[in-house]
Amino acid sequence: MFKSNVSRRLLVDKIVIGVVICCALIAIIPLFWILGTAIYNGLPALSWAFLTEEPGAVGAGEIAIGPAIQGTLIIIGLSAVLGLPVGIMGGIYLAEFGGNGRFVKQIRFFMDVFMQVPSIVMGIFAFLAVVLLLGEFSVWAGAFALSLIMFPIVARSTEEAIRMVPWTYREAGAALGLTKMVVTMRIVLAQAKKGILTGVLLSISRVGGETAPLIMTILGSSVFFIDTDTPMDALPLRIWRFSLQPYDEARIAGWGAALTLVLIIFVIHFCVRYLFLGNKDLSGILRSRGGRRN
Amino acid sequence: MSTTTAITEQRVVESLTDQVEPRYKMVTENVNIYYDKTRAVKNLTMKFPEKSVTAIIGPSGCGKTTYLRCLNRMHDMTQNARVEGKVILDHVDLYDTHIDPIYHRRKVGMVFQKPNPFPTMSIYDNVVAGVRLNGVRKRSILDEIVEDCLKLSYLWDEVKDILKRPAIELSGGQQQRLCIARALAIQPEVLLMDEPASALDPIATQKIEETITELKEDYCIIIVTHNMQQAVRCSDYTGFMYLGELVEHGRTKQVFERPANQLTAKYVQGQFG
Repeated sequence: MFKSNVSRRLLVDKIVIGVVICCALIAIIPLFWILGTAIYNGLPALSWAFLTEEPGAVGAGEIAIGPAIQGTLIIIGLSAVLGLPVGIMGGIYLAEFGGNGRFVKQIRFFMDVFMQVPSIVMGIFAFLAVVLLLGEFSVWAGAFALSLIMFPIVARSTEEAIRMVPWTYREAGAALGLTKMVVTMRIVLAQAKKGILTGVLLSISRVGGETAPLIMTILGSSVFFIDTDTPMDALPLRIWRFSLQPYDEARIAGWGAALTLVLIIFVIHFCVRYLFLGNKDLSGILRSRGGRRN
Repeated sequence: MSTTTAITEQRVVESLTDQVEPRYKMVTENVNIYYDKTRAVKNLTMKFPEKSVTAIIGPSGCGKTTYLRCLNRMHDMTQNARVEGKVILDHVDLYDTHIDPIYHRRKVGMVFQKPNPFPTMSIYDNVVAGVRLNGVRKRSILDEIVEDCLKLSYLWDEVKDILKRPAIELSGGQQQRLCIARALAIQPEVLLMDEPASALDPIATQKIEETITELKEDYCIIIVTHNMQQAVRCSDYTGFMYLGELVEHGRTKQVFERPANQLTAKYVQGQFG
Protein backbone atom coordinates (compact mmCIF):
# COMPACT_ATOMS: atom_id res chain seq x y z
CA MET A 1 0.00 0.00 0.00
CA PHE A 2 2.78 2.41 0.92
CA LYS A 3 5.20 1.16 -1.68
CA SER A 4 2.94 2.00 -4.58
CA ASN A 5 2.90 5.75 -3.99
CA VAL A 6 6.56 6.26 -3.09
CA SER A 7 7.46 7.81 -6.43
CA ARG A 8 4.50 10.18 -6.21
CA ARG A 9 5.47 11.22 -2.69
CA LEU A 10 9.05 11.79 -3.76
CA LEU A 11 7.82 13.93 -6.67
CA VAL A 12 5.63 16.04 -4.37
CA ASP A 13 8.60 16.38 -2.02
CA LYS A 14 10.79 17.69 -4.84
CA ILE A 15 8.13 20.07 -6.08
CA VAL A 16 7.63 21.57 -2.61
CA ILE A 17 11.37 21.99 -2.11
CA GLY A 18 11.60 23.61 -5.55
CA VAL A 19 8.78 26.04 -4.74
CA VAL A 20 10.39 26.95 -1.42
CA ILE A 21 13.75 27.65 -3.08
CA CYS A 22 12.06 29.75 -5.79
CA CYS A 23 10.22 31.81 -3.19
CA ALA A 24 13.46 32.38 -1.29
CA LEU A 25 15.14 33.55 -4.49
CA ILE A 26 12.24 35.85 -5.34
CA ALA A 27 12.50 37.36 -1.87
CA ILE A 28 16.24 37.89 -2.22
CA ILE A 29 16.16 39.42 -5.74
CA PRO A 30 14.82 42.87 -4.71
CA LEU A 31 17.40 43.01 -1.92
CA PHE A 32 20.32 42.52 -4.28
CA TRP A 33 18.67 44.70 -6.88
CA ILE A 34 18.47 47.61 -4.44
CA LEU A 35 22.00 47.00 -3.25
CA GLY A 36 23.29 46.73 -6.83
CA THR A 37 21.50 49.91 -7.92
CA ALA A 38 22.85 51.79 -4.90
CA ILE A 39 26.40 50.66 -5.66
CA TYR A 40 26.08 51.28 -9.41
CA ASN A 41 24.66 54.77 -9.04
CA GLY A 42 26.30 55.76 -5.79
CA LEU A 43 29.86 54.65 -6.25
CA PRO A 44 30.78 57.45 -8.72
CA ALA A 45 29.74 60.04 -6.12
CA LEU A 46 31.99 58.72 -3.36
CA SER A 47 35.18 60.59 -2.69
CA TRP A 48 37.07 61.66 0.40
CA ALA A 49 35.83 65.23 0.06
CA PHE A 50 32.23 64.04 -0.48
CA LEU A 51 32.31 61.99 2.70
CA THR A 52 34.12 64.42 4.99
CA GLU A 53 33.33 68.00 4.00
CA GLU A 54 30.45 70.34 4.64
CA PRO A 55 28.10 70.84 1.69
CA GLY A 56 28.21 74.09 -0.26
CA ALA A 57 26.28 75.25 -3.32
CA VAL A 58 24.96 72.47 -5.52
CA GLY A 59 25.78 74.13 -8.84
CA ALA A 60 29.35 74.85 -7.75
CA GLY A 61 30.17 71.17 -7.34
CA GLU A 62 30.47 71.48 -3.56
CA ILE A 63 28.19 68.63 -2.69
CA ALA A 64 29.23 66.76 0.46
CA ILE A 65 27.67 64.71 3.23
CA GLY A 66 30.19 65.04 6.09
CA PRO A 67 27.72 66.52 8.61
CA ALA A 68 25.05 64.03 7.57
CA ILE A 69 27.29 61.04 8.30
CA GLN A 70 28.32 62.52 11.62
CA GLY A 71 24.69 63.34 12.45
CA THR A 72 23.50 59.82 11.60
CA LEU A 73 26.12 58.28 13.87
CA ILE A 74 25.23 60.67 16.70
CA ILE A 75 21.48 60.17 16.37
CA ILE A 76 21.78 56.37 16.18
CA GLY A 77 24.10 56.32 19.19
CA LEU A 78 21.95 58.63 21.26
CA SER A 79 18.66 56.91 20.46
CA ALA A 80 20.31 53.54 21.24
CA VAL A 81 21.43 54.88 24.62
CA LEU A 82 17.88 56.03 25.34
CA GLY A 83 15.93 53.19 23.76
CA LEU A 84 17.94 50.00 24.19
CA PRO A 85 18.15 49.75 28.01
CA VAL A 86 14.43 50.45 28.37
CA GLY A 87 13.61 48.04 25.55
CA ILE A 88 15.78 45.20 26.85
CA MET A 89 14.68 45.62 30.46
CA GLY A 90 11.06 45.85 29.33
CA GLY A 91 11.46 42.63 27.37
CA ILE A 92 13.00 40.90 30.38
CA TYR A 93 10.09 42.03 32.53
CA LEU A 94 7.51 40.80 30.03
CA ALA A 95 9.17 37.41 29.61
CA GLU A 96 10.32 36.58 33.14
CA PHE A 97 8.65 38.70 35.78
CA GLY A 98 5.32 39.86 34.41
CA GLY A 99 3.60 36.50 34.50
CA ASN A 100 0.66 36.04 32.19
CA GLY A 101 -1.91 38.34 33.72
CA ARG A 102 -4.09 40.97 32.11
CA PHE A 103 -1.62 43.77 32.77
CA VAL A 104 1.19 42.07 30.87
CA LYS A 105 -1.11 41.07 28.03
CA GLN A 106 -2.20 44.69 27.67
CA ILE A 107 1.38 45.94 27.67
CA ARG A 108 2.22 43.39 25.01
CA PHE A 109 -0.76 44.43 22.90
CA PHE A 110 0.10 48.13 23.12
CA MET A 111 3.71 47.36 22.32
CA ASP A 112 2.61 45.59 19.13
CA VAL A 113 0.40 48.54 18.22
CA PHE A 114 3.26 50.92 19.05
CA MET A 115 5.45 49.05 16.59
CA GLN A 116 2.98 49.66 13.77
CA VAL A 117 2.49 53.37 14.40
CA PRO A 118 3.77 55.38 11.39
CA SER A 119 7.07 56.96 12.29
CA ILE A 120 5.87 60.44 11.39
CA VAL A 121 3.44 60.18 14.31
CA MET A 122 6.43 59.64 16.59
CA GLY A 123 7.99 62.70 14.97
CA ILE A 124 4.90 64.81 15.64
CA PHE A 125 4.79 63.54 19.21
CA ALA A 126 8.47 64.39 19.76
CA PHE A 127 7.84 67.77 18.15
CA LEU A 128 5.04 68.50 20.58
CA ALA A 129 6.67 66.98 23.63
CA VAL A 130 10.26 68.14 23.21
CA VAL A 131 10.69 70.71 20.43
CA LEU A 132 7.82 72.94 21.53
CA LEU A 133 8.76 72.49 25.17
CA LEU A 134 12.40 73.46 24.67
CA GLY A 135 11.51 75.97 22.00
CA GLU A 136 14.07 74.75 19.47
CA PHE A 137 14.85 71.90 17.11
CA SER A 138 17.35 69.67 18.88
CA VAL A 139 19.28 66.42 18.73
CA TRP A 140 17.51 65.32 21.91
CA ALA A 141 14.12 65.57 20.25
CA GLY A 142 15.35 63.44 17.34
CA ALA A 143 16.87 60.84 19.63
CA PHE A 144 13.67 60.78 21.68
CA ALA A 145 11.54 60.15 18.59
CA LEU A 146 13.83 57.41 17.31
CA SER A 147 14.13 55.73 20.70
CA LEU A 148 10.32 55.53 20.79
CA ILE A 149 10.51 53.59 17.53
CA MET A 150 13.34 51.41 18.82
CA PHE A 151 11.85 50.56 22.19
CA PRO A 152 8.93 48.28 21.21
CA ILE A 153 10.99 46.43 18.59
CA VAL A 154 13.73 45.67 21.10
CA ALA A 155 11.32 44.84 23.92
CA ARG A 156 9.30 42.35 21.88
CA SER A 157 12.31 40.67 20.29
CA THR A 158 14.03 40.43 23.70
CA GLU A 159 10.89 38.87 25.12
CA GLU A 160 10.70 36.35 22.30
CA ALA A 161 14.40 35.50 22.57
CA ILE A 162 14.10 34.91 26.32
CA ARG A 163 11.01 32.75 25.86
CA MET A 164 12.98 30.56 23.47
CA VAL A 165 15.37 29.55 26.28
CA PRO A 166 14.19 26.13 27.56
CA TRP A 167 12.57 26.17 30.98
CA THR A 168 14.87 23.42 32.22
CA TYR A 169 17.81 25.85 32.52
CA ARG A 170 15.82 28.12 34.81
CA GLU A 171 15.05 25.10 36.99
CA ALA A 172 18.68 24.04 36.96
CA GLY A 173 19.65 27.55 38.07
CA ALA A 174 16.98 27.66 40.78
CA ALA A 175 18.08 24.21 42.02
CA LEU A 176 21.52 25.69 42.64
CA GLY A 177 19.97 28.16 45.07
CA LEU A 178 20.26 31.15 42.75
CA THR A 179 17.81 34.02 42.93
CA LYS A 180 15.49 34.61 40.02
CA MET A 181 17.35 37.77 39.06
CA VAL A 182 20.70 35.95 38.91
CA VAL A 183 19.19 33.09 36.92
CA THR A 184 17.66 35.57 34.48
CA MET A 185 20.67 37.84 34.10
CA ARG A 186 23.47 35.29 34.11
CA ILE A 187 21.99 32.11 32.70
CA VAL A 188 18.91 32.94 30.64
CA LEU A 189 20.24 36.14 29.05
CA ALA A 190 23.49 34.44 28.09
CA GLN A 191 21.48 32.00 26.03
CA ALA A 192 19.11 34.60 24.61
CA LYS A 193 21.97 36.90 23.64
CA LYS A 194 21.91 36.17 19.93
CA GLY A 195 18.18 36.72 19.63
CA ILE A 196 18.33 39.95 21.63
CA LEU A 197 21.23 41.15 19.49
CA THR A 198 19.24 40.48 16.32
CA GLY A 199 16.41 42.63 17.68
CA VAL A 200 18.83 45.39 18.63
CA LEU A 201 20.40 45.40 15.18
CA LEU A 202 17.00 45.36 13.47
CA SER A 203 15.95 48.38 15.48
CA ILE A 204 19.19 50.21 14.71
CA SER A 205 18.73 49.55 10.99
CA ARG A 206 15.16 50.73 11.22
CA VAL A 207 15.91 54.04 12.93
CA GLY A 208 19.02 54.58 10.80
CA GLY A 209 16.78 54.95 7.76
CA GLU A 210 13.98 57.00 9.35
CA THR A 211 13.39 60.38 7.72
CA ALA A 212 9.97 61.61 8.76
CA PRO A 213 10.58 61.92 12.52
CA LEU A 214 13.85 63.73 11.87
CA ILE A 215 12.26 66.45 9.72
CA MET A 216 10.20 67.50 12.72
CA THR A 217 12.93 67.19 15.31
CA ILE A 218 16.52 67.74 14.17
CA LEU A 219 15.42 69.64 11.05
CA GLY A 220 18.68 69.26 9.06
CA SER A 221 21.76 71.43 8.75
CA SER A 222 24.65 72.16 6.43
CA VAL A 223 27.31 72.34 9.09
CA PHE A 224 28.95 69.85 11.41
CA PHE A 225 27.42 69.12 14.81
CA ILE A 226 27.58 72.12 17.13
CA ASP A 227 25.47 71.34 20.13
CA THR A 228 22.65 69.02 21.17
CA ASP A 229 20.31 72.04 21.35
CA THR A 230 20.70 73.01 17.71
CA PRO A 231 19.55 71.44 14.43
CA MET A 232 21.72 68.69 13.00
CA ASP A 233 21.93 66.82 9.72
CA ALA A 234 21.43 63.08 9.10
CA LEU A 235 21.83 60.89 6.02
CA PRO A 236 18.13 60.14 5.40
CA LEU A 237 17.36 63.86 5.64
CA ARG A 238 20.19 64.69 3.26
CA ILE A 239 19.06 62.02 0.77
CA TRP A 240 15.56 63.45 0.90
CA ARG A 241 16.86 66.98 0.28
CA PHE A 242 19.02 65.78 -2.61
CA SER A 243 16.02 64.08 -4.14
CA LEU A 244 14.09 67.35 -4.16
CA GLN A 245 16.73 69.12 -6.27
CA PRO A 246 16.45 69.12 -10.08
CA TYR A 247 20.17 68.58 -10.77
CA ASP A 248 21.96 65.46 -11.99
CA GLU A 249 24.73 66.21 -9.56
CA ALA A 250 22.27 66.09 -6.66
CA ARG A 251 20.74 62.86 -7.92
CA ILE A 252 24.14 61.14 -8.00
CA ALA A 253 24.99 62.57 -4.59
CA GLY A 254 21.71 61.16 -3.28
CA TRP A 255 22.69 57.68 -4.44
CA GLY A 256 26.13 58.19 -2.92
CA ALA A 257 24.55 59.14 0.42
CA ALA A 258 22.21 56.12 0.21
CA LEU A 259 25.14 53.81 -0.41
CA THR A 260 26.99 55.37 2.54
CA LEU A 261 23.98 54.77 4.79
CA VAL A 262 23.85 51.12 3.74
CA LEU A 263 27.57 50.76 4.43
CA ILE A 264 27.25 52.38 7.87
CA ILE A 265 24.44 50.00 8.85
CA PHE A 266 26.49 47.07 7.57
CA VAL A 267 29.56 48.14 9.57
CA ILE A 268 27.45 48.60 12.72
CA HIS A 269 25.99 45.09 12.29
CA PHE A 270 29.41 43.63 11.79
CA CYS A 271 31.01 45.42 14.75
CA VAL A 272 28.16 44.69 17.19
CA ARG A 273 28.20 40.98 16.35
CA TYR A 274 31.97 40.89 16.56
CA LEU A 275 32.03 42.60 19.94
CA PHE A 276 29.16 40.82 21.65
CA LEU A 277 29.27 37.26 20.40
CA GLY A 278 31.47 34.82 22.24
CA ASN A 279 32.95 33.19 19.16
CA LYS A 280 35.12 35.77 17.51
CA ASP A 281 35.75 33.99 14.25
CA LEU A 282 34.16 35.45 11.15
CA SER A 283 32.21 32.34 10.25
CA GLY A 284 30.54 32.47 13.65
CA ILE A 285 29.49 36.06 13.07
CA LEU A 286 27.99 35.30 9.68
CA ARG A 287 26.33 32.11 10.87
CA SER A 288 24.89 33.39 14.09
CA ARG A 289 21.76 35.05 12.74
CA GLY A 290 18.66 33.49 14.24
CA GLY A 291 18.32 30.58 16.59
CA ARG A 292 20.54 28.91 19.08
CA ARG A 293 22.80 26.07 18.11
CA ASN A 294 22.33 22.89 20.06
CA MET B 1 33.82 -20.20 63.59
CA SER B 2 31.52 -22.52 61.70
CA THR B 3 29.57 -21.37 58.66
CA THR B 4 26.22 -21.90 60.37
CA THR B 5 27.17 -19.68 63.30
CA ALA B 6 28.41 -17.01 60.92
CA ILE B 7 25.14 -17.02 59.00
CA THR B 8 23.11 -16.89 62.18
CA GLU B 9 25.17 -13.98 63.45
CA GLN B 10 24.73 -12.16 60.18
CA ARG B 11 20.96 -12.61 60.43
CA VAL B 12 20.99 -11.25 63.96
CA VAL B 13 23.00 -8.21 62.87
CA GLU B 14 20.61 -7.66 59.95
CA SER B 15 17.53 -7.86 62.09
CA LEU B 16 19.16 -5.58 64.67
CA THR B 17 19.98 -2.92 62.08
CA ASP B 18 16.41 -3.25 60.90
CA GLN B 19 15.21 -2.38 64.34
CA VAL B 20 17.59 0.50 65.08
CA GLU B 21 15.82 3.71 64.26
CA PRO B 22 18.09 5.67 61.88
CA ARG B 23 18.55 9.42 62.16
CA TYR B 24 16.27 11.10 59.70
CA LYS B 25 17.55 13.93 57.54
CA MET B 26 14.33 14.75 55.82
CA VAL B 27 10.74 14.01 56.69
CA THR B 28 7.53 14.75 54.81
CA GLU B 29 4.17 14.76 56.56
CA ASN B 30 0.82 14.50 54.80
CA VAL B 31 2.04 16.06 51.59
CA ASN B 32 -0.63 16.73 48.98
CA ILE B 33 0.29 18.22 45.64
CA TYR B 34 -2.25 19.65 43.25
CA TYR B 35 -2.04 20.73 39.64
CA ASP B 36 -5.03 23.07 39.47
CA LYS B 37 -7.72 20.75 40.85
CA THR B 38 -6.02 17.45 40.12
CA ARG B 39 -4.45 15.87 43.19
CA ALA B 40 -1.22 14.27 41.94
CA VAL B 41 0.21 13.25 45.31
CA LYS B 42 -2.03 12.14 48.16
CA ASN B 43 -1.27 12.38 51.87
CA LEU B 44 2.28 11.24 51.48
CA THR B 45 4.29 10.73 54.66
CA MET B 46 7.84 9.51 54.27
CA LYS B 47 11.13 9.66 56.13
CA PHE B 48 14.59 9.78 54.61
CA PRO B 49 17.51 8.60 56.80
CA GLU B 50 20.79 10.46 56.53
CA LYS B 51 23.77 8.92 54.71
CA SER B 52 21.59 6.58 52.74
CA VAL B 53 19.96 6.18 49.36
CA THR B 54 16.19 6.02 49.12
CA ALA B 55 14.69 4.98 45.81
CA ILE B 56 11.16 5.95 44.84
CA ILE B 57 9.70 3.55 42.32
CA GLY B 58 6.33 3.22 40.65
CA PRO B 59 4.65 3.17 37.25
CA SER B 60 4.57 6.21 34.97
CA GLY B 61 2.30 8.98 36.16
CA CYS B 62 2.18 7.82 39.77
CA GLY B 63 3.53 11.14 41.07
CA LYS B 64 7.15 10.19 41.78
CA THR B 65 8.70 13.20 40.08
CA THR B 66 5.98 15.52 41.36
CA TYR B 67 6.75 14.37 44.89
CA LEU B 68 10.52 14.69 44.42
CA ARG B 69 10.16 18.24 43.18
CA CYS B 70 8.30 19.31 46.29
CA LEU B 71 11.33 18.36 48.40
CA ASN B 72 13.20 21.23 46.74
CA ARG B 73 10.28 23.66 46.45
CA MET B 74 10.61 23.36 42.69
CA HIS B 75 6.84 23.63 42.42
CA ASP B 76 7.18 27.30 43.34
CA MET B 77 8.26 27.75 39.74
CA THR B 78 5.21 26.01 38.28
CA GLN B 79 2.27 28.36 38.02
CA ASN B 80 -0.63 25.99 38.63
CA ALA B 81 1.01 23.70 41.20
CA ARG B 82 0.15 23.86 44.90
CA VAL B 83 1.73 21.95 47.78
CA GLU B 84 0.09 21.21 51.14
CA GLY B 85 1.65 19.50 54.14
CA LYS B 86 5.04 19.62 55.75
CA VAL B 87 8.50 18.95 54.31
CA ILE B 88 10.93 19.02 57.19
CA LEU B 89 14.68 19.24 56.75
CA ASP B 90 16.60 19.09 60.04
CA HIS B 91 13.50 20.15 62.02
CA VAL B 92 12.75 23.12 59.76
CA ASP B 93 9.62 23.13 57.63
CA LEU B 94 10.55 24.14 54.08
CA TYR B 95 7.03 25.35 53.41
CA ASP B 96 6.99 27.67 56.38
CA THR B 97 5.91 31.06 55.07
CA HIS B 98 8.97 32.77 56.60
CA ILE B 99 11.36 30.61 54.64
CA ASP B 100 12.80 31.67 51.31
CA PRO B 101 13.12 28.72 48.91
CA ILE B 102 16.53 30.05 47.79
CA TYR B 103 17.99 29.25 51.20
CA HIS B 104 16.78 25.67 51.09
CA ARG B 105 17.69 24.90 47.54
CA ARG B 106 21.32 25.41 48.53
CA LYS B 107 20.91 22.60 51.02
CA VAL B 108 18.93 20.35 48.71
CA GLY B 109 20.69 19.79 45.39
CA MET B 110 18.92 18.38 42.39
CA VAL B 111 19.89 16.40 39.29
CA PHE B 112 17.30 16.34 36.54
CA GLN B 113 16.14 13.57 34.24
CA LYS B 114 17.61 15.15 31.12
CA PRO B 115 21.20 16.38 31.43
CA ASN B 116 21.00 20.17 31.40
CA PRO B 117 24.45 21.74 31.64
CA PHE B 118 24.34 25.47 30.86
CA PRO B 119 25.12 25.52 27.12
CA THR B 120 26.90 28.86 27.08
CA MET B 121 29.35 27.86 29.81
CA SER B 122 32.51 25.76 29.82
CA ILE B 123 32.85 22.55 31.83
CA TYR B 124 34.70 24.48 34.54
CA ASP B 125 32.11 27.27 34.67
CA ASN B 126 29.27 24.78 34.83
CA VAL B 127 30.68 23.09 37.92
CA VAL B 128 31.21 26.35 39.77
CA ALA B 129 28.07 28.07 38.41
CA GLY B 130 26.19 27.77 41.69
CA VAL B 131 29.16 28.77 43.82
CA ARG B 132 30.34 31.64 41.64
CA LEU B 133 26.92 33.15 41.05
CA ASN B 134 26.38 32.95 44.81
CA GLY B 135 29.39 35.20 45.28
CA VAL B 136 32.57 33.09 45.58
CA ARG B 137 35.21 34.64 43.32
CA LYS B 138 38.57 33.38 44.56
CA ARG B 139 40.26 31.37 41.85
CA SER B 140 42.07 28.91 44.12
CA ILE B 141 38.85 27.99 45.92
CA LEU B 142 37.00 27.53 42.64
CA ASP B 143 39.80 25.35 41.23
CA GLU B 144 39.65 23.16 44.29
CA ILE B 145 35.85 22.83 44.09
CA VAL B 146 36.03 21.88 40.41
CA GLU B 147 38.58 19.15 41.02
CA ASP B 148 36.84 17.76 44.11
CA CYS B 149 33.38 17.67 42.59
CA LEU B 150 34.48 16.22 39.26
CA LYS B 151 36.37 13.50 41.12
CA LEU B 152 33.29 12.77 43.22
CA SER B 153 31.19 12.39 40.10
CA TYR B 154 33.87 10.21 38.42
CA LEU B 155 34.35 12.69 35.60
CA TRP B 156 37.70 14.26 36.48
CA ASP B 157 39.93 11.87 34.54
CA GLU B 158 37.88 12.32 31.39
CA VAL B 159 37.74 16.11 31.39
CA LYS B 160 40.73 17.39 33.38
CA ASP B 161 42.50 18.54 30.21
CA ILE B 162 39.47 20.10 28.53
CA LEU B 163 37.95 22.09 31.40
CA LYS B 164 37.67 25.21 29.25
CA ARG B 165 35.76 23.49 26.46
CA PRO B 166 32.00 24.08 26.16
CA ALA B 167 30.01 21.65 28.30
CA ILE B 168 27.68 20.76 25.43
CA GLU B 169 30.55 19.02 23.66
CA LEU B 170 30.44 16.22 26.25
CA SER B 171 28.47 13.02 25.70
CA GLY B 172 25.09 12.55 27.38
CA GLY B 173 26.50 10.45 30.21
CA GLN B 174 29.34 12.87 30.81
CA GLN B 175 26.91 15.78 30.80
CA GLN B 176 24.81 14.06 33.45
CA ARG B 177 27.86 13.44 35.64
CA LEU B 178 28.77 17.10 35.09
CA CYS B 179 25.30 18.02 36.37
CA ILE B 180 25.91 15.86 39.43
CA ALA B 181 29.22 17.69 39.99
CA ARG B 182 27.43 21.01 39.58
CA ALA B 183 24.84 19.99 42.16
CA LEU B 184 27.57 18.83 44.58
CA ALA B 185 29.54 22.06 44.22
CA ILE B 186 27.09 24.02 46.35
CA GLN B 187 27.67 21.46 49.12
CA PRO B 188 24.09 20.32 49.60
CA GLU B 189 23.03 18.06 52.45
CA VAL B 190 20.40 16.22 50.45
CA LEU B 191 20.69 15.24 46.79
CA LEU B 192 17.56 14.67 44.73
CA MET B 193 17.90 12.71 41.52
CA ASP B 194 15.07 12.46 39.04
CA GLU B 195 15.71 9.35 36.92
CA PRO B 196 19.32 10.44 36.43
CA ALA B 197 20.21 7.51 34.20
CA SER B 198 17.05 7.13 32.13
CA ALA B 199 18.59 8.74 29.05
CA LEU B 200 21.93 6.95 29.31
CA ASP B 201 23.49 3.77 28.00
CA PRO B 202 24.40 0.86 30.37
CA ILE B 203 28.04 1.93 30.82
CA ALA B 204 27.16 5.53 31.66
CA THR B 205 24.40 4.22 33.94
CA GLN B 206 26.90 2.05 35.76
CA LYS B 207 29.16 5.04 36.31
CA ILE B 208 26.30 7.12 37.66
CA GLU B 209 25.39 4.28 40.03
CA GLU B 210 28.98 4.04 41.22
CA THR B 211 28.84 7.77 41.86
CA ILE B 212 25.63 7.38 43.87
CA THR B 213 27.12 4.57 45.96
CA GLU B 214 30.18 6.69 46.65
CA LEU B 215 28.14 9.77 47.55
CA LYS B 216 25.90 8.09 50.09
CA GLU B 217 28.81 8.06 52.55
CA ASP B 218 28.14 11.77 53.03
CA TYR B 219 24.76 12.64 51.64
CA CYS B 220 21.13 11.75 51.99
CA ILE B 221 20.20 10.77 48.44
CA ILE B 222 16.67 10.43 47.12
CA ILE B 223 16.39 8.94 43.68
CA VAL B 224 13.37 8.49 41.47
CA THR B 225 13.79 5.59 39.09
CA HIS B 226 11.88 3.53 36.59
CA ASN B 227 14.52 0.88 36.64
CA MET B 228 13.89 -1.63 39.43
CA GLN B 229 17.30 -3.27 39.10
CA GLN B 230 18.81 0.13 39.64
CA ALA B 231 16.79 0.56 42.83
CA VAL B 232 18.02 -2.85 44.04
CA ARG B 233 21.63 -2.12 43.13
CA CYS B 234 22.09 1.28 44.67
CA SER B 235 19.42 2.03 47.25
CA ASP B 236 19.12 1.18 50.95
CA TYR B 237 15.44 2.05 51.22
CA THR B 238 12.68 1.90 48.66
CA GLY B 239 9.29 3.53 48.48
CA PHE B 240 6.68 2.24 46.04
CA MET B 241 4.15 4.78 44.81
CA TYR B 242 0.94 4.08 42.95
CA LEU B 243 -1.66 6.61 41.78
CA GLY B 244 -0.21 9.36 43.95
CA GLU B 245 -0.08 7.30 47.13
CA LEU B 246 2.77 5.63 48.95
CA VAL B 247 1.93 1.95 48.93
CA GLU B 248 4.98 0.58 50.67
CA HIS B 249 8.19 1.94 52.15
CA GLY B 250 10.98 -0.01 53.78
CA ARG B 251 14.43 -1.44 53.34
CA THR B 252 15.06 -2.18 49.68
CA LYS B 253 15.77 -5.84 50.37
CA GLN B 254 12.52 -6.27 52.22
CA VAL B 255 10.44 -4.39 49.64
CA PHE B 256 11.80 -6.49 46.81
CA GLU B 257 12.06 -9.87 48.53
CA ARG B 258 9.24 -9.85 51.06
CA PRO B 259 6.84 -7.09 50.01
CA ALA B 260 4.03 -6.57 52.49
CA ASN B 261 1.57 -5.35 49.92
CA GLN B 262 0.10 -7.36 47.06
CA LEU B 263 0.40 -4.43 44.67
CA THR B 264 4.09 -3.97 45.44
CA ALA B 265 4.68 -7.67 44.88
CA LYS B 266 3.02 -7.50 41.47
CA TYR B 267 4.96 -4.40 40.49
CA VAL B 268 8.39 -5.66 41.52
CA GLN B 269 7.70 -8.94 39.77
CA GLY B 270 6.99 -6.99 36.61
CA GLN B 271 3.33 -7.97 36.36
CA PHE B 272 2.38 -4.38 35.58
CA GLY B 273 4.29 -1.15 35.03
